[in-house]
Amino acid sequence: MTAQTSTTDKRIGLFATCLVNTMRPRVGFAALKLLEDAGYDVAVPADQTCCGQPNYNSGDRESTRSFARGFIRQFADYDYVVVPSGSCAAMVKVHYPKLFEDDEPEKTAINAIAERTYELVSFLTDVAGIDRVENAHATSVTYHDACSGLRELKIKQQPRTLLGSVDGLELKEMEDSDVCCGFGGLFCVKYPDVSGEMVRKKSEEVAKTGAEAVVTGDVGCLLNIEGALARRGDPTRAYHVAEVLAGFDKEDAS
Amino acid sequence: MHVTSEKFQDNAKAAIDDDQLQAGLFIFGKIFPLLREATASKLPEFEALRDSARDIKIEALNNLGTYLEAFEDRVEEAGGRVHWARTAEEANTIVEQLCEESGGKDIIKSKSMVTEELELNDHLIGKGYNVVETDLGEYIIQLRNEKPFHIVGPALHLNAGQVSDTFYEAHQKYGRTERVEDKVKLVEEARIVLRERFKNADVGITGANFLVAETGQIVLVTNEGNADLTATLPKRHIVVTGIEKVVPTLDDLSVFLRILARSATGQDTSNYVSLYSGPRRARDADGPESFDVVLVDNGRTDMLGTPVEEMLRCIRCGACLNSCPVFTTVGGQSYGSVYSGPMGAVWTPALASVSSAAKLPNASSFCGKCEEVCPVRIPLPSMMRHWREKEFEAHLTPSGQRWGLGVWAWLGRHPSLYRAATSIAGMGLRLIAKGRRGRRFVTALPFIGRGWTQSRDLAAPAEPTFLSQYKEGRRR
Repeated sequence: MTAQTSTTDKRIGLFATCLVNTMRPRVGFAALKLLEDAGYDVAVPADQTCCGQPNYNSGDRESTRSFARGFIRQFADYDYVVVPSGSCAAMVKVHYPKLFEDDEPEKTAINAIAERTYELVSFLTDVAGIDRVENAHATSVTYHDACSGLRELKIKQQPRTLLGSVDGLELKEMEDSDVCCGFGGLFCVKYPDVSGEMVRKKSEEVAKTGAEAVVTGDVGCLLNIEGALARRGDPTRAYHVAEVLAGFDKEDAS
Repeated sequence: MHVTSEKFQDNAKAAIDDDQLQAGLFIFGKIFPLLREATASKLPEFEALRDSARDIKIEALNNLGTYLEAFEDRVEEAGGRVHWARTAEEANTIVEQLCEESGGKDIIKSKSMVTEELELNDHLIGKGYNVVETDLGEYIIQLRNEKPFHIVGPALHLNAGQVSDTFYEAHQKYGRTERVEDKVKLVEEARIVLRERFKNADVGITGANFLVAETGQIVLVTNEGNADLTATLPKRHIVVTGIEKVVPTLDDLSVFLRILARSATGQDTSNYVSLYSGPRRARDADGPESFDVVLVDNGRTDMLGTPVEEMLRCIRCGACLNSCPVFTTVGGQSYGSVYSGPMGAVWTPALASVSSAAKLPNASSFCGKCEEVCPVRIPLPSMMRHWREKEFEAHLTPSGQRWGLGVWAWLGRHPSLYRAATSIAGMGLRLIAKGRRGRRFVTALPFIGRGWTQSRDLAAPAEPTFLSQYKEGRRR
């Protein structure tokens, strides 16, 4: 990895997120590798749990505040908090401050941590100043823009830049890459017919590119698209962008 | 406003299976957004116009009473009248009385979402009036007794064959016994039939896209020209509109005229933009003998000062519907409300009730595309979340979901139990997964997970949880 910054003494707290922790642990290790290669001292606070999105988006504001307080306890001491998910990062960065608008002194602590929290790929490009990864892999991928990262954190070019720097990797853009895949947290099980149809359209667009894998920045969307591809018997793989950037996708038999 | 939103899921399922309807949705979901983008990108100041439009509406809403009274004064100076209706019932009664004054029974209407909201047609028909919609799409759905499919294109879910059937049945009484199938001929037939209605109507009812406080004008933005015939041919013109439509000045109006058609249909401007003020004057060549404006509240002032106040900026362009992956999958009629899509998901609970309409603000993946395209920058996802909060506060959230959220929050407060629970969940999934091409998938889940596996598999985790492996010293 080519880091513009040399070894830094900045400390990062990695927030794994529930879905990475439970469903795709390798994404967490990929994030560790990418951040350490960039010269950071990375730790994983042991008592981290969830950012509270399921409760927040279900209208349960009070529980969400308790998740946010837990988050502060775990991450207050780090220079940066990095999250391998646009939606969980946006939860902290964009939505936590709204939950404590009228509550000093909590408001100050929340705003401070929100400011230091970043989604993984945009952290690598925008904060660490990295524009390429030392990694070679002859494969083709198509990138799905996960909604929260795209619209709340303006993540669009960053993953494409880094993916484009992988030697031999071809990026085949799909049509409607910025249209929602239908995951939407609890939405996918509350409205299974609608969500199922949305991801059917998405998996069709993925298949049309002929790419060997679909890559995205959120494990929720990843599982959704991967599951729809599998259901239609499509062998196209699905990876988190960190897995590809760290070269972990090469471990898989194709 | 009557809503049947609790049937959203069933309606949606039927809509997804309806190929004809899906073809109509393609126009909204693919064509309109492309046209919008093309026309907006040709206008360098488009984004700045959106900011101005938002700011003008904020100013108008902050001083709503002042601007509405100024509007009323100007209307009266021009010889018209303004009527204030607090509720749908009041509005319908006022319109009925105005129709009664006309002495006739034949009413023509141009497309108006507010009158749909008031269910004005049903009210007037119940009182013995003949009410005919004259916008082509609205006319078709009136004949079919449907609700609008989309606030801009009410009948775009139908094909020529369906319209042909509808006309064949409805127009026999006018002596048109031949079945017409050609699209151009169908429009021609509608025009011929409607022309007679225009000529004989006693009252014309229109909505208004905007009210200009400075001049007392009502503004109609249309493509078919039927609104102008409705406003000018009958002796009596009644305007029924929401109080939030007021803008301070003509200059302000010009800002909206530059973004409305671009956002709605991707046109630079619509075919007709008409400003009306007052009845016909002595030297005017045409125009109605009387001009009445019914200003409808129907729940709008209750929104002021609440988190959904910003919804009152809405100019009904439909851009949020066209951009919404849920709307473009299920169509407008699935919502069981006059207002559909993201804007409908916010308006409907405000105008009806949270308990009857909670399905709508929940029917969103919060992808945020609606907010991205809204010409007046309404934060639609935040407002849908607001209604979910109201639903949760009122204990209307489904009990299973509520229980699950409670357990989840409890685990959030007990990290060691959270770690144990996620480990067990991961192990469970690995246990029930089946191997396929070197990967393992779960193909059938119980309970809430059924919603997932009904249309997709779930890739099982390949290893123990990240936190447990990290704790044991794995770093890469």
